[in-house]
Amino acid sequence: MPYLPHTKRDIAQMLDAIGVASIDELVRVPAAVALRAKPEIVAALPESEIVRRFEEFAGSDRATTMASFLGAGAYRHYCPPAIMALAMRGEFLTSYTPYQAEVSQGYLQAIYEWQTYICLLTGLDIADASVYDGATALAEGAIMALAATNRKKILVSRAVHPNYRAVLKTYCDGLDVAIDEVPLLPGGMTDPQALRDALSRGSYAAVALQSPNFFGIVETVPEDVRDAFKRSGTVPIAVVAEALALAAFPTPASWGAQICVGEAQSFGVALAYGGPYVGFIACTSDHLRRIPGRLVGRTVDRNGKEAYVLTLQAREQHIRRERATSNICTNQAHCALIATIYLALMGASGLRNCAAQNVKRAHELVKRVSAIPGCRLQFEAPFFNEFVLNVGSSAADVLKALQKRGILGGLDLGRFYHEMSDCILMTATEMTTSKDIDALCAALQEVVRVPASL
Amino acid sequence: MAQPPDLLYSREHEWVRIDSDTATIGITDYAQSSLGDIVYVELPKVGTQVAQFSNTGVIESVKAVSDLYTPLSGEVTEVNEALENDPALVNREPFAGGWLFKLQVKDSKQSENLLSPDSYEELIAEAQ
Amino acid sequence: MYQPRSERIPLIFEQGQPGRANRYLPSDAQLSDYLPAENLRAELPLPESTELDVVRHYTRLSQRTFGIDTGFYPLGSCTMKYNPRVNDAVANLPGLRDLHPFAPDELSQGALRIMYELERSLASLFGMAAFSLNPAAGAHAELAALLIAKKYFSDRGELNRQTVIVPDTAHGTNPASASMAGFRVVSLKSDERGRVGVDTLRAVLGDDTAVCMMTNPNTLGLFEDHIAEIARAVHDAGGLMYYDGANANALMGIARPGDMGFDLMHLNLHKTFTIPHGGGGAGAGPLGVAEHLVEYLPTPVVRAIAKDGSTANEDSRTYWLDFDVPKSIGPMRSFWSNFAHIVRALAYLYANGLEGLTDVSRLAVLNANYVRVKVAPFLETPYPEICQHEFVASAQELKKQSGVRAVDIAKALLDRGFHAPTMYFPLIVPECLMIEPTETESKETLDQFIAALEDVVATAKRDPQQILDAPQRTVVARVDETRAARQPDLRWRAPAGVT
Repeated sequence: MPYLPHTKRDIAQMLDAIGVASIDELVRVPAAVALRAKPEIVAALPESEIVRRFEEFAGSDRATTMASFLGAGAYRHYCPPAIMALAMRGEFLTSYTPYQAEVSQGYLQAIYEWQTYICLLTGLDIADASVYDGATALAEGAIMALAATNRKKILVSRAVHPNYRAVLKTYCDGLDVAIDEVPLLPGGMTDPQALRDALSRGSYAAVALQSPNFFGIVETVPEDVRDAFKRSGTVPIAVVAEALALAAFPTPASWGAQICVGEAQSFGVALAYGGPYVGFIACTSDHLRRIPGRLVGRTVDRNGKEAYVLTLQAREQHIRRERATSNICTNQAHCALIATIYLALMGASGLRNCAAQNVKRAHELVKRVSAIPGCRLQFEAPFFNEFVLNVGSSAADVLKALQKRGILGGLDLGRFYHEMSDCILMTATEMTTSKDIDALCAALQEVVRVPASL
Repeated sequence: MAQPPDLLYSREHEWVRIDSDTATIGITDYAQSSLGDIVYVELPKVGTQVAQFSNTGVIESVKAVSDLYTPLSGEVTEVNEALENDPALVNREPFAGGWLFKLQVKDSKQSENLLSPDSYEELIAEAQ
Repeated sequence: MYQPRSERIPLIFEQGQPGRANRYLPSDAQLSDYLPAENLRAELPLPESTELDVVRHYTRLSQRTFGIDTGFYPLGSCTMKYNPRVNDAVANLPGLRDLHPFAPDELSQGALRIMYELERSLASLFGMAAFSLNPAAGAHAELAALLIAKKYFSDRGELNRQTVIVPDTAHGTNPASASMAGFRVVSLKSDERGRVGVDTLRAVLGDDTAVCMMTNPNTLGLFEDHIAEIARAVHDAGGLMYYDGANANALMGIARPGDMGFDLMHLNLHKTFTIPHGGGGAGAGPLGVAEHLVEYLPTPVVRAIAKDGSTANEDSRTYWLDFDVPKSIGPMRSFWSNFAHIVRALAYLYANGLEGLTDVSRLAVLNANYVRVKVAPFLETPYPEICQHEFVASAQELKKQSGVRAVDIAKALLDRGFHAPTMYFPLIVPECLMIEPTETESKETLDQFIAALEDVVATAKRDPQQILDAPQRTVVARVDETRAARQPDLRWRAPAGVT
């Protein structure tokens, strides 16, 4: 067996010390719960064979070799190799939650740096050590607001990532909390009038708004909506699905968000078919007692020397049990570490430049594809690195046809918005090449039907 | 140590001082020393109606958390705001500066359900 | 040679100079070329360092971090076993690492097959009808399971079932998850044998019982030998049984939660299946259910069909993600699973096979019992009987004799090059030290640990101050946690006057 050190002699000596004749005596279970069937598991393989099999599986994921314009909450960005060289160091990789602070100062400091990075990016006062992903961050943020306001309703924009809204619903069902949605303007933005009306009518614990929203559009929050937040006592939650955009646009704090939740996969974390990613929660200091998950604090040791430690643990499940603010235990520390190293490597100018490259590529792409007969840009508002292309007929069919030509053209929006079944959510990042764009345009020209009137 | 003689006590280790219709409530020296270093106290809002022995707050130490129960019913008239910045007051002066909140007493007969200093002393002697 | 020293390492924010970053991408564009200036952020106050400086910084931080790769890590209930490197290598294959979650099913067949194979294997290994790989961690799966229970009872019109029963030895996540799913929690006192007593349980069962959550072996490392009766009693009362799989490392190939009568369960792949803990995550928490609950599992569900319509021939199967499951509780997370960890877990399964996994559990139990009997002469073991993959010791007596507590022993072990056991858990054992050696540790390592622990106890009796002053050899001495909690400093701030 590959990872077991025991020799026959070791086993004999150990059994002797224990005072039993065989391991069977140690692992005996009552007859009533003995194995009813022998589990069917593949026979053991040597390591060389394991690698070969996984190479075969990897080889049949043909999507990874194609030009891709997929985004929608999971983004392909450049990852400097230094990230993995550092993050895969065994000390980081194989450590547990840093309960023993004295032998975990390095990781604790790195998480303190992560918390600081998230605060600096969002403009908020505090951030936790991470949660599972963007969607669960939204659910946890909503629960914070429920506790803060003692209300039982959540308001969420329809331009928030549909998967995040679905997860919010799963969580809220358990708590008997109702969710209302704010409709979209024809331009693809959250309808501010409808938002104000809803806030004045109902007593909502929180209102969740995403920018850039699911369609890539940069949402702005007008003064009168900010006033409505204050008047209604509703906690504004900013949702961020593309964290790179935080480098480009005014902070969530600047428009009055008290809580910012989001996904930091863009900061060096692999796409990996959906996970693990890394969710973050930041908030104003008023919400300190309600923020879920681990928090690293800076303090001193017995000799007065600076030291880091997990703190405010009395909020957490292992102490507070059924009274805890959240059940979260395992977080995404290693992904948070990756993101921290990514941010350190990029620096302010590198990150801002990366954001500029995304915007540039996306604008090049939109210019090209919207010029193709039969295609048009669905929404005109300023956007970051994704936009909605209307292809005039079934987006699903167009995407299938593109696939046959070796291109992943984007996401069929009909999957989430029934009125947008002719629309594709297209993404470009700094990884998108001119060659990819040329290939996409050539293919679109072939597959998009030109309306008869032209 | 002996319990202050002018107070009444609950089985949950709260003390109460009654001055006509106002009750001042805190936790005992025994309670603060069992909890260890107190880092945060969550108190009821002024104006809240609370019922005897109901949960009215939370006291957190570094590695423990315990519920706070009011020894009497009434309306909360004042909370000790000094604890917000200095929760350690509860450790240092549990019976004085570390008081938690004040109540407008609703039913003075309820004090019959509380323990005398001697009975409370017995209670903690047993616990130890 | 560079020796890690104990001087302060400045934060990344206190290092670097503007102008030292921006090296990885072309810089031929400005945000303001494309977007209205009033929509843009004015300042981005992040530090700029050279790649060398960043590499040195995080290398030095890693040197101040104790991992399994550094030394023995007997942290009870956390299963800190060796994390094979081949798992990381296969998870990093570009065809798996770079796959987008919205990639079409027909172009993601390798990934889907990995998910399907792991799901089927876990179901067979633990005796459940099906698993969902959706939950991101154990606690996340607990929440999903309780949401399933809630929906199940609601569909049956049993709205009165609002209570979740949790033994006092349970992990804190159990009651916390129950609260998050809107249940009331009843805590169950363990009997003098450290188990759930059937009569104690019967006394709290009723038509309000929704779920009874159990860990088996429990957190004392003891097998709940009345589990069949317990399950029957809960089922007779109309409730469901939930298995917390944190301690599944003791069971593989030996017993199955499904055979014990559990209706719902989770596994922590980051414990039993060697996924690196990474400083506290990411993990993965597959959720298993019995037949009557399959239709409630979170979406998406991975399905398979062979070209001839059967599921038999594995090489001719087509796999897809099914989002259309009407009774499902819905998704628990942004995307389908912590896939990179699913890959690692399947690689581990391949490396072992059934016999290998059975040996894993058998030797985990052997190692724990060996350490237990060797420790018993000098440290109290409150449950002196055969344990499973872990056991608890108590420093209660030692504390009375010398003033040395469990936390002091833990700190003294750090000085001796070992990670500390889990302390003060489960809550019912005073001055508790919970020790889980795992099966990947050799007898030599266990002997060294036992000797170190004995030395700590002997020193405590002779010269307690030495132990109370530990640790001395770490980069910092004992940390002031009270100050950390009373004056929270959770982020760096630029000194006044500096931007």
